[in-house]
Amino acid sequence: MSQSLPKGAIFIKTLVLFIGALLLFAPFLFQDTRSLEVAARICIFVVLVASYDLLIGYTGIVSFAHTMFFGFGAYGAAIALRQMGPGWDAVVLGGLTGLAVSIIVATVIGLLSLRVKAIFFAMITLAAASVAMVLASQLSNLTGGEDGITYRAPEIFKTANKLMVNEDGKVARLFGVKLNGKLAAYYFVFGTCLVMFIFCLRMVASPLGTVLKAIRENEARAEAVGYRVVAYRTFVFCIAAGLASLAGTVYAIWLKYTGPDTALAFNIMIDILLMVVIGGMGTMYGAAIGAVLLVLAQYYLRDLMGAASEAMQGIPLLPELFDADRWLLWLGIIFILLVYFFPKGIAGTLWDKGARP
Amino acid sequence: MSLLSLTRMKTSIGQYHVLHDVTLDVPEGGVFVLLGRNGAGKTTTLRSIMGLWRPSPGSVTFRGEDISGLHASEIARKGISFVPENMGIFGGLTVEENLVLATAKGRFDPARLKRIYALFPALEQFWTKQAWSLSGGQKQMLAVARAIIERRELILVDEPTKGLAPAIIDGMAKAFAEIGADTTILLVEQNFNFAKRLGDGLAVIDDGRIVHTGTMPEFAADTALQEQLLSLSA
Repeated sequence: MSQSLPKGAIFIKTLVLFIGALLLFAPFLFQDTRSLEVAARICIFVVLVASYDLLIGYTGIVSFAHTMFFGFGAYGAAIALRQMGPGWDAVVLGGLTGLAVSIIVATVIGLLSLRVKAIFFAMITLAAASVAMVLASQLSNLTGGEDGITYRAPEIFKTANKLMVNEDGKVARLFGVKLNGKLAAYYFVFGTCLVMFIFCLRMVASPLGTVLKAIRENEARAEAVGYRVVAYRTFVFCIAAGLASLAGTVYAIWLKYTGPDTALAFNIMIDILLMVVIGGMGTMYGAAIGAVLLVLAQYYLRDLMGAASEAMQGIPLLPELFDADRWLLWLGIIFILLVYFFPKGIAGTLWDKGARP
Repeated sequence: MSLLSLTRMKTSIGQYHVLHDVTLDVPEGGVFVLLGRNGAGKTTTLRSIMGLWRPSPGSVTFRGEDISGLHASEIARKGISFVPENMGIFGGLTVEENLVLATAKGRFDPARLKRIYALFPALEQFWTKQAWSLSGGQKQMLAVARAIIERRELILVDEPTKGLAPAIIDGMAKAFAEIGADTTILLVEQNFNFAKRLGDGLAVIDDGRIVHTGTMPEFAADTALQEQLLSLSA
């Protein structure tokens, strides 16, 4: 009774494995600071989008509070590192505090409002996210207000930290890459994000994932089969909030800066939504594809267009059309084309290609 | 003692009073049929028993325990399963996942699975297929199989023959006859010929009230009563 995977599914899984391999070897393949920043941001966003997919893709919950939980984790670590100094005790305490606050807030929001219609729940989460944004701005003694807070990460992640030294006492190199704290910080981000992504994959492949899909499809039917929908929805809302919070903690350690723009901004929420739609809702693998495409576009589309514009000098109209300042316009056009050609997202559309009828 | 008793059950959906006064005793064992015209309140009765719509006032007792205030999921765990109308399956899940959902511990009892394969061989054939890709009859088989994948004391079945071909209906009748041998079935049906084959006892509902209760053989023999209550001609 076993059934082999469709070719589309094999392609998507291979693509995600390839992305994973690129991220694993990113410090050696792309040896510049900006590329490492991009790779770390992709790792963080893969987790954020995957955890959001648990909500919107697998359970049918539309929430605008995902960045709020991300912010709780980031601010938890940031405040602890600022107050207690750059130690692991601060990371653990701050991270766990952010996690606890996220789960408590998610439980309260979930139990109070997951009974109401989806649109009202979305509005409630939007309001909660706005309150968190205002609080982060107003509690400036604690959060640094609009300026945010800078702090030092644990010693092992300091760029000057030598993980290994050569015979001259200088930092050792592997394939030309310095084995220093920056490299350790990247692999900390990569490793934690990989664990969280695998957790999400395992969760949706488990019986719990089947229940979530059933709830998404028909709540009343799932109730009649014996599942308490509000409890399951609240539970998965808490899980997603916890994952977002942990991703926030990891990002705070990587950036060594936490402010409203990096941890709580509504732009981050829009990015997550775009990534989920581009990758494919309810596919989980789409999280990796969506995150890679959008982060790469955000970082490199402008440069690419600038180069294209220069190459087209002398041709009428085209240099202006591809002017680097118009990158957002082109990003919008690319998004529309992706949605047109991949209506269920890239992973969602390609997954069943080649399946036997 | 009856397995299920409804006492003066009233159910409103929004501003509409659908059930006005439903009092009914369903005995243990066999197939009990609830007949009625379109819009008489048959589906609402089943959904109210299942807790999907809250009856107020009135009571629903199952094995002597009042279950009218319970949540649908709690009622399901008491041993009542529900086969909704229109092939109520989860189309986005595979046949296997649809059935796993209804198991208590996430794994199958081999004996019950064997019985399901015997009743509905198509389900074994399409085990890993997405349920939306099944035919109408196969979807209905899956919905019924989900209701019996675990031992249940009462199965509520809502119009299982709706939209099915005669050959499929015949197979479905045989399956219900076998299931009814060891489980009580409360069957809502508009297809009187189908109901007549299966039913032991019956009740007729009209305008949200039970207007007749009795045995199926007596009712089947009384064409005048059928004409009066169901507008059926002989």
